[in-house]
Amino acid sequence: MGEFLMPSLGADMEDGTLIEWKKKIGDSVKRGDVIAEVETQKGLIEIEIFEEGIIEKILIKEGTKVPVGTIMALISPIGVPLETKKEKPIELHPIEKKVTEVMPRETAEESHIKASPLAKRIAEDHHIDIKQIKGSGYDGVITKEDVEHAIEQRDTIDKEQTILKTEKTATDSEAIRFAIAAAMSKSNKEIPHYYLEKKIDLTKALAWLQEANQQRKVQARLLPVVLFIKAIAKSLVDFPDLNAVWENGLHTKKDINIGFVVALHNGGIMVPAIHQADLKTVDEIMEALNDLIPRARAMKLRSSELSDGTITLTSMGDRGADSVFGVIYPPQVAIIGFGSISEQPFAENGMLGIRTVVNATLAGDHRATDGLTGSRFLNVLSENLQKPELL
Amino acid sequence: MNEDEIKKNIFQLLKKIAPDTEPSALKPEENIRETLGIDSFDALQFIIAISEKLGIEIPEKDYGKTNTLNDLVGYIKNKMGV
Repeated sequence: MGEFLMPSLGADMEDGTLIEWKKKIGDSVKRGDVIAEVETQKGLIEIEIFEEGIIEKILIKEGTKVPVGTIMALISPIGVPLETKKEKPIELHPIEKKVTEVMPRETAEESHIKASPLAKRIAEDHHIDIKQIKGSGYDGVITKEDVEHAIEQRDTIDKEQTILKTEKTATDSEAIRFAIAAAMSKSNKEIPHYYLEKKIDLTKALAWLQEANQQRKVQARLLPVVLFIKAIAKSLVDFPDLNAVWENGLHTKKDINIGFVVALHNGGIMVPAIHQADLKTVDEIMEALNDLIPRARAMKLRSSELSDGTITLTSMGDRGADSVFGVIYPPQVAIIGFGSISEQPFAENGMLGIRTVVNATLAGDHRATDGLTGSRFLNVLSENLQKPELL
Repeated sequence: MNEDEIKKNIFQLLKKIAPDTEPSALKPEENIRETLGIDSFDALQFIIAISEKLGIEIPEKDYGKTNTLNDLVGYIKNKMGV
């Protein structure tokens, strides 16, 4: 039996509120299916499931706030009969016959609940699960008053949640601020950062990009950051210690999922992951950005996008600061920063000329790697950006 | 399409890209992106939107001709032949 838990969507997340189940008991699920929507500090997140099976039991009611790691549903592997699947037709198949044999046990369980018939009827009429009510009558019998009290409590919670929802928009920015505060404080407290910077000549990369964009319709044009993402991903293949997490030791990650910092219009940031960026073409990376950036700004990301990042990229775009030295997002062990692209005097082979350059930085976790590794990585990154046609 | 209609379209599309700003308050010579805080991703979305809405082609090499409201309106008028 598999357990579906409230996932952790980052070092800063302690709990989440289940807003809606997207699947119901008896539904079959497969890897990547959205099973629920959960409200977190980072917005309303679609939570994906990572195993196959059938939803056997739902343990958490919509509107409930639970800590990370709480069991929310039970998933039985496909082919195993479900105890709760009463509505399934009975005939023919032997496995399904088994299901009907189980049913009386369920009914028997229900009949064990000590409640007056009136209490049972009221509970049913108001869709209240009588099993959740504690009886105050003789020998723990659930009375009409107990059920009415439970209905009253539920209605109050519902009302509070409606009020909370309307107040939510105003507090979104504040919640994000606190999420960032928690993650960055943890990073600064626990991670001994080292910082490196390298000036990278972008002349060839931007000439290639201009040429590529001339042949593209406006909807398919690429931004320079796409080349940065692809070059980082390609370079990381040879530097697995930077594509890793530190959790009681260094654990390298097989997939290269680049967390991309998206600035929100009202302040704050979201860092959705571009999955397997090393295996994507530059066009596919642009498509991923076209999908992720608007959803990040609308705070409608999926759980895997928030939790799967293996390294982070923060890019200032074309109008920002010259350099950015990032704060590592735990438990990752590195963050790469690209300052704004600008024309600068550039000396090469004893000659001085004007080149379009960018300052690339790396903040590394000194527990995981040393400056030498980081420095080599920045060199390879620079080399890869000199061969944009191979990205 | 006259200048006012072009401006109306620009303001509408900018408002969509940067909902928390007031594009109609832009001064003619202000840099649109700097004033409204539009990053390169949103700038590209704006170029796509205006190209689609007005049926014009804005090549990448012309982006520099669309920095201010005056420049942009002039550029569009020229492209549309009005």
